[in-house]
Amino acid sequence: MVDQGLANRDTLENDQPLLLAESLSKSFGRIAACRDVSFALYPGEVLAIVGESGSGKSTLLQMLSGQLAPSAGYVSYRMRDGVTRDLTTLGEAERRFLFRTDWGFVHQDPAQGLRMAVSAGANVGERLMAVGWNHYGRIRETASDWLTRVEIDVARIDDAPRTYSGGMRQRLQIARNLVTEPRLVFMDEPTGGLDVSVQARLLDLVRSLVAELHLAVIIVTHDLAVARLLSHRVMVMKGGRVIETGLTDQVLDDPREPYTQLLVSSILPP
Amino acid sequence: MTAMIDVADAQKTFTMHLQGGIELPVVRGVTFHVNPGECVVLSGPSGAGKSSILKMIFGNYRCDSGRIGIRHRGALVDLAAAEPRQVLNIRRSTIGYVSQFLRAVPRVATVDVVAEPLIVNGMARADAQARAGELLHRLNIPERLWQLPPATFSGGEQQRVNIARGFISDLPILLLDEPTASLDAANRAVVVELVAEKKGQGVAMVAIVHDDEIRHLIADRIVDVASFAAAA
Repeated sequence: MVDQGLANRDTLENDQPLLLAESLSKSFGRIAACRDVSFALYPGEVLAIVGESGSGKSTLLQMLSGQLAPSAGYVSYRMRDGVTRDLTTLGEAERRFLFRTDWGFVHQDPAQGLRMAVSAGANVGERLMAVGWNHYGRIRETASDWLTRVEIDVARIDDAPRTYSGGMRQRLQIARNLVTEPRLVFMDEPTGGLDVSVQARLLDLVRSLVAELHLAVIIVTHDLAVARLLSHRVMVMKGGRVIETGLTDQVLDDPREPYTQLLVSSILPP
Repeated sequence: MTAMIDVADAQKTFTMHLQGGIELPVVRGVTFHVNPGECVVLSGPSGAGKSSILKMIFGNYRCDSGRIGIRHRGALVDLAAAEPRQVLNIRRSTIGYVSQFLRAVPRVATVDVVAEPLIVNGMARADAQARAGELLHRLNIPERLWQLPPATFSGGEQQRVNIARGFISDLPILLLDEPTASLDAANRAVVVELVAEKKGQGVAMVAIVHDDEIRHLIADRIVDVASFAAAA
């Protein structure tokens, strides 16, 4: 079933971008955090934004996801009805609806993306209720399915995420985001605070879900290994600008810019 | 005959910014073509740029100038100038690459590592796994290993998994970087057979092979990379 969906989307949607960023800039007072960033993201495409702290990648992600108004430029998004809209023209209610349905946002700190005191099942079910599901049995069944998909023991469905380990919390946050079948997911350093072994498991899970669900993803990371494993394309940022962009393996195996060469050469061999 | 690969005057230089910007010329004037059903072997000493040329044809290394013509769905596309999305499409449906080493994802079972290129192109999982099983069987990977991730396998076993993954799909172009390097005689013979079958199906191949005997068995033509030496 999933495979058929893939082929359909390939033929139908491939020619039109899902999200378009046009000359995005953001200044905080006299500090230019992000300067003149443009790109197009297509359905099913995974784009990694890499760079060190202060490079402007988080500011860019905030603008792309409509959480921060750009000082110049705009972001447009092709809605589920096929109409492309400029994000700044969306009302607050429309924007919130987009976030609950067609978009996901995976925070580095799961506590920011979860409600820590309510059960795991409710964390997942809540997104479904927000889009109008009201049959308790079906909500619970779908929530259990998703816990299984992200490798959380269904026996823990009634426990609150504050009783979960860091890796489990992150997997729960992913389940909560994906349950409404979004087409675009933003991820901000999703493996940031995790142990290496936990990271590998999470990356592997994200990688297979992204392929299976044909998700478009914009992932911010300072970890080039994460970019290599998950992304098709990469943008390298420094001082608020995109200094190099291209196919991920091309940029990482044949980096052109001095800064990209420095980043690549700083990776410890596995 | 219409060439599947048509490389014209391709040039590659590395600029090492961390070493004071020194320029490391790799190759220049790379010009050759590969027809369907033909295996072209790149020859030349180590460091002559054979692997770099293979990577340029796969779009893994960028070209400074020249053209990497690839026949993709009936049209000739210049890979050196293609958009990232187009390069990915070309890799999915036209060019396969068997690298020297397997870059496997940590937890994925061997049979799925091998089946993945077929699944990506829309084949049902069960059918793809069945074909993966056939190839693994031919390459003498015992069935008890199929459900394990290949990360813990020996070098030779990993390479055979890699070969199975590379040969499983029906892509019209295959690039082979030392496919027989760490294999025993029996498995080398299997690879020679697989290459012959691909030729029969009209697949265009470019290979790097150091073993003289294997080279004689698979090469239809030899391109001497030394003639593309970039040294001034």
